[in-house]
Amino acid sequence: MSSQHEARIDEIRRHPDFAALVSKRSRFAWLLTVAMLVIYFGFILLVAFGKEILSQPLGSGVTTLGIPIGLGVIVSAFVLTAIYVRRANSEFDALTERLAQHTERS
Amino acid sequence: MTRLVMAALAAVASGLLMLPALAAGDLEGGTKQAVNSSAIAMFLVFVVATLGITKWAAGRTKSASDFYAAGGGITGFQNGLAIAGDYMSAASFLGISALVFASGFDGLIYSVGWLVGWPIVMFLIAERLRNLGKYTFADVAAFRLQARPVRILSAVGTLTVVAVYLIAQMVGAGKLIELLFGLEYLVAVAIVGALMIIYVAFGGMVATTWVQIVKACLLLGGASFMAFMVLLKFNFSPEALFQAAVTAHPGGVSIMGPGKLVSDPVSAVSLGLALMFGTAGLPHILMRFFTVKDAKAARKSVLYATGFIGYFYILTFIIGFGAITLLMNDPAYFEVAADGTYNKTTGLLGGANMAAIHLAKAVGGSLFLGFISAVAFATILAVVAGLTLAGATAISHDLYASVFAKGRSTEGREVLISKVSAVAIGFIAVVLGYIFEEQNVAFMVGLAFAVAASCNFPVLVMTMLWSGTTTRGAVAGGSLGLISAVVMMILGPAVWVKTLGHSAAIFPYDNPALFSMTLAFLGIWLVSLFDRSASADAERAAFAAQFVRSETGIGAEVSASAH
Repeated sequence: MSSQHEARIDEIRRHPDFAALVSKRSRFAWLLTVAMLVIYFGFILLVAFGKEILSQPLGSGVTTLGIPIGLGVIVSAFVLTAIYVRRANSEFDALTERLAQHTERS
Repeated sequence: MTRLVMAALAAVASGLLMLPALAAGDLEGGTKQAVNSSAIAMFLVFVVATLGITKWAAGRTKSASDFYAAGGGITGFQNGLAIAGDYMSAASFLGISALVFASGFDGLIYSVGWLVGWPIVMFLIAERLRNLGKYTFADVAAFRLQARPVRILSAVGTLTVVAVYLIAQMVGAGKLIELLFGLEYLVAVAIVGALMIIYVAFGGMVATTWVQIVKACLLLGGASFMAFMVLLKFNFSPEALFQAAVTAHPGGVSIMGPGKLVSDPVSAVSLGLALMFGTAGLPHILMRFFTVKDAKAARKSVLYATGFIGYFYILTFIIGFGAITLLMNDPAYFEVAADGTYNKTTGLLGGANMAAIHLAKAVGGSLFLGFISAVAFATILAVVAGLTLAGATAISHDLYASVFAKGRSTEGREVLISKVSAVAIGFIAVVLGYIFEEQNVAFMVGLAFAVAASCNFPVLVMTMLWSGTTTRGAVAGGSLGLISAVVMMILGPAVWVKTLGHSAAIFPYDNPALFSMTLAFLGIWLVSLFDRSASADAERAAFAAQFVRSETGIGAEVSASAH
């Protein structure tokens, strides 16, 4: 690794944009991770301790509350992923790009 | 695009030359069950097409980067499909639809676990992995730690996962093909072994990727058609489908709610953790992120993969319920006793896992049955090819090049070692498939996920996210996770009781991940914390530079397609 490269890495590390990028993104990613954990393990615990809730029929038919909840967990996995991609594609990529450009000239 | 199609066509044509030898073996076995000639014909089309792809891929595989990572030239969308093809096994297609068929809602509970790891891969792993690594996740773990011990640990973790996962796939493949195509078990296992060796040794990651993409399209297409036909019969009313299922199923309305699957919350949570974090530690999946050009494309890959896999699990749920309504009242699909009775939930011809296969016949006739049988075979091939490549890469790139040759090897030699390793892994897989034919291998996939969650995942996450992680910490914690997962699995009900025949399990839970993962993280944290060696200080100091690259991608490996 050249010393020039090392100097650039050091500059990025001290750049306020880097701190902003890292703190925003990691807070967001951990928030979504916790959301997924709560949804999934909430579902598992509901299966273990709330069987009657999930077996409750919706209206007069045989379809139970468990069906939309179970399918909802599957859909939520995709939706959470999509929410992350949306913000990463716009905000985080722009911040990274700006950071790369700002430090390139030096 | 036209150039690609032309190349593929030319390759298929030349692949035909290789056909006679394989066809002879297939058709000879096939005569025993004439019913399956359409299945064999369609499978042969798949084999010819994939051999064509392999030939085309071999021509494009020149450097180590081509061999391990398809030169970084796969797009996010293609990689999303390939990941789906790498991940959706025949076990999830046949096994989950069979579980829905037998117990309804419980199948949904089980399938959910296989999906929820993907968001975790996205939020914590994918982009950083792409920014830091080159070909394997060990590249990432060894970024600032000492290469030798860390790569040995990563390679052992990789090979353990690959070995147990491969055994499960080989035994499943042999049984399935024996049943669907009327081939001898050993012949079936040998064909799978031969094809995976050819794909990987000649076509490397390019061939593996395209085999996985073709398989994903076939599986998603076939399953979509089945679910569509089921829903069509009920005018696209889920309530009407469920009504008919409740009427047909001996369990009645109980199939619409949770049954016996989660009887013990600790086991359920432990299995959930293994599935969730194991997904983020599977070496053949992690390797796929190096086939795209940058972190942005890696991110896109996960989004598409999550979409495809989630959609697929919804399909298996519809297929399972469709099988209940269309098969259970028709004795033609069951082993019928002399007095005309049959067991509706367990008595399917060919065993419980055949629900989706029989449904294919019910909705699409014998031609479609042939198609779905061929798709099931293709599904296995795509998964074992991915596993073989991951194992071969761990041997050549992590063990040979970095540990034995200590970086003094050439690129060409490293790739050669990888190809030889692929051949060896293929042979070993066939032998293990043969040895384990009569064993209960259902626990092996659970073990693969437990090891991935307890060794690979903690090492990867802690080296990427915690500046305090040192070589000693990573190696101690990772080894602890690996060993404890394997030991607890052996002492648990699945192996100690069901396989070894003891009367009571020493470790009470089916999956060890809750405990082995905790041990791994604690081990890495504590040993790193008390590591006072000089190298440990240097490793902690090197975190800053690694962190900049991991978070921004500045300085990351540029894909080969760029130059």
